[in-house]
Amino acid sequence: MIDFLLRVANLCKKELLAIFKDPASRVILFVPAIMQSLVFGYAATYDLSNVPYALLDQSRTGASSELIAHLDSTGVFHRVATLRTQADIREVIDTEKALLVIQIAPNFEQQLSAGQSAAIQLILDARNSNTAGSAAGYVSAVVERYNAELRARAGAPPAPLTIESRAWFNPNLETRWNLLPGLIAALSMLQTLLLTALSVAREREQGTFDQLLVTPMSPLEIMIGKALPPVLVGLAQSTLILLVALFWFGIPMAGSLVTLYTGLVFFTVASVGIGLSISAVSANMQQAMLYTFVLLMPMMLLSGLTTPVRNMPHVLQVITMANPLRFAIDLVQRVYLEGVGLATVWHNLIPLSIIAIVTLPLAAWLFRHRLV
Amino acid sequence: MSGFRTRLVSLTRKEFRQLLRDRSNLAIGILLPMVLILIFGYGMSLDVKNAPVGVVLEDPSPTAHEAMAGLQLSPTIAPVLLGSMHDAEALMRERKIDGIVRVPSDFSRALAAGNAHVQLIVHGADAGRATIIQAYVSGALAQSAVRQADRGGGSTGADAPAAGRVTVEQRMWFNAANTSTWYLVPGLIVLIMTLVGAFLTALVMAREWERGTLEALFVTPVRPVEILLAKIIPYFAVGMLGLALCLLAARFLFAVPMYGSLLAVVLSSMLYLIVAVSLGLVISSVTRNQFLASQVALIVTFMPSMMLSGFLFDLRNVPTAVRVIGHVLPATYFMDLIKTLFLAGDVWPLIWRNCTVLVAYAVGLLLLARVVTRKSLD
Repeated sequence: MIDFLLRVANLCKKELLAIFKDPASRVILFVPAIMQSLVFGYAATYDLSNVPYALLDQSRTGASSELIAHLDSTGVFHRVATLRTQADIREVIDTEKALLVIQIAPNFEQQLSAGQSAAIQLILDARNSNTAGSAAGYVSAVVERYNAELRARAGAPPAPLTIESRAWFNPNLETRWNLLPGLIAALSMLQTLLLTALSVAREREQGTFDQLLVTPMSPLEIMIGKALPPVLVGLAQSTLILLVALFWFGIPMAGSLVTLYTGLVFFTVASVGIGLSISAVSANMQQAMLYTFVLLMPMMLLSGLTTPVRNMPHVLQVITMANPLRFAIDLVQRVYLEGVGLATVWHNLIPLSIIAIVTLPLAAWLFRHRLV
Repeated sequence: MSGFRTRLVSLTRKEFRQLLRDRSNLAIGILLPMVLILIFGYGMSLDVKNAPVGVVLEDPSPTAHEAMAGLQLSPTIAPVLLGSMHDAEALMRERKIDGIVRVPSDFSRALAAGNAHVQLIVHGADAGRATIIQAYVSGALAQSAVRQADRGGGSTGADAPAAGRVTVEQRMWFNAANTSTWYLVPGLIVLIMTLVGAFLTALVMAREWERGTLEALFVTPVRPVEILLAKIIPYFAVGMLGLALCLLAARFLFAVPMYGSLLAVVLSSMLYLIVAVSLGLVISSVTRNQFLASQVALIVTFMPSMMLSGFLFDLRNVPTAVRVIGHVLPATYFMDLIKTLFLAGDVWPLIWRNCTVLVAYAVGLLLLARVVTRKSLD
């Protein structure tokens, strides 16, 4: 038993030395994780803060400029052009000068003062339908506030129904709040998978793996020795991103660190298992990297990080069952934002364990029975 | 000149053979684009459809039922009638429902008096989804309440003074169906070109550097330009194959419209592919190590072209520093170009602007690749 531990510890030490000996790889394993979480944390927002718009005001009355003043006072909308004819609309939208054009018809004020409803036209650039939808929502909200004012001024009773809206777990509904916890798992997976896949493939390419096989070490020991260092690197990366989320972006963590790390350990071991299996079937580093990538892209896209798993068709939802990232993201987000304990998220640990239990022995077996 | 051509042709033939011999290259050149096309077309969707929302009717009156009827009409949400707030909160904690609409017991009386309240709670873990549900539910409820009040009289009846109302008629240009597939599939072309161009090239070249086979080639009579060209051509071909797959899928599988000209799409994709391949060449000759090259390529290509190119998140709404980073990436310009070509048409000012930037990148990166490659010979 002691021999076993000693051999594993020695191999781990050698592997860690191999990873950190090169200053460039020391940098590449940690600096990008921090930078990416910072940049993506700022980039990932569906909230609008700067909407360039163009105005085609054919009414030119007190009422229309009042409505536009409401829009301008939000600070989100910036008028970039004042159009004269309807024919000008196409140009500003096509060239992306404006995200939307507001057209106010000539009889706008007459209709309003007659107590009728007056329509404004909203033309949106829906090349990104998401942004366009949010912008339309913002305009509607401004118009609703203006309507309430009109009612009050006319002495009409306020709207008969008010809706009190509240959001659980993310009171201001910021996209960043669900993205950054997701990145704790996703960003570390990118690099741990590659690191693991390369560790055996490199030795195989350089012929040193054969030497390792003739040492007294058993395949199990080799596997553990190869698996532990990338697990440590992965957990270190996750920790860095967690720190960015907590202290830079100030996203409060509702759950416990113990639950979070329990989940992360299961997840990292499962990812490393996949990485080792890839390296065991690859003949050289290039193949290991390419196979990793072929797996990695679908895993990222089908993880729920950028689009919810529940929106996917049933067949793809079934495929996500083999994707460790899908379970890790669910677990991390729920522990982080909702503060749930292991009792609620333990079901994520089962698939992660199965992936690890299948891939790690498979890799160990493949080490001995080289396929390539 | 004829010597140039013979050398180039035979070198290129060798590179092609090398490319075809390894299954992993084909996996990334053909299998990955196909998998991605299916995922992007079918699997990724930012549209909210049939989101389960619990409705707790503490007021069982017909008025309350009718007010809620408006929620059933759209495909956005799927209302589920629940017995109590306690049940609803439990389901929400399990994320079985995305929101709760609570209609208090005095609802119909309060509505008649013109001051009814309805409580709406959304699950905020997915902020984008929650915002859409919030906007949709409030809109639908407010509308049906106004309709009921207008009909039922009450204090908003005929004797009350009339107030004008502004309504918004919105028209979504370029994406009439308002589906995210329409911009996800063109965006995919950017991802695949980046992957095949920059990632694959960086890897393959780094391998040659690491093994020293590139230096071995330099001592033969072939010139560095010929070596670089022979390396570029096969990956360029793989990239074009990926483009063809994407275009076919966009057209026949997902029926994404293409308002711009096919020629413009193909030419601008070729231009971007040159940029991506040159980027790969620069990365590989700067790192000269497969591990570093793969990490650098991953960090400067894949994640940014997804997160920072304006593909998912609009660059207009991010802080200046992030916007600057986004605009340093060539992917941003190609993304703008390809989305416009597909959904808006041949908008020439935009095409010229973005193509000029891409040409500048291509020239700059190729020169840089040439410079860093020459250094090794000294």
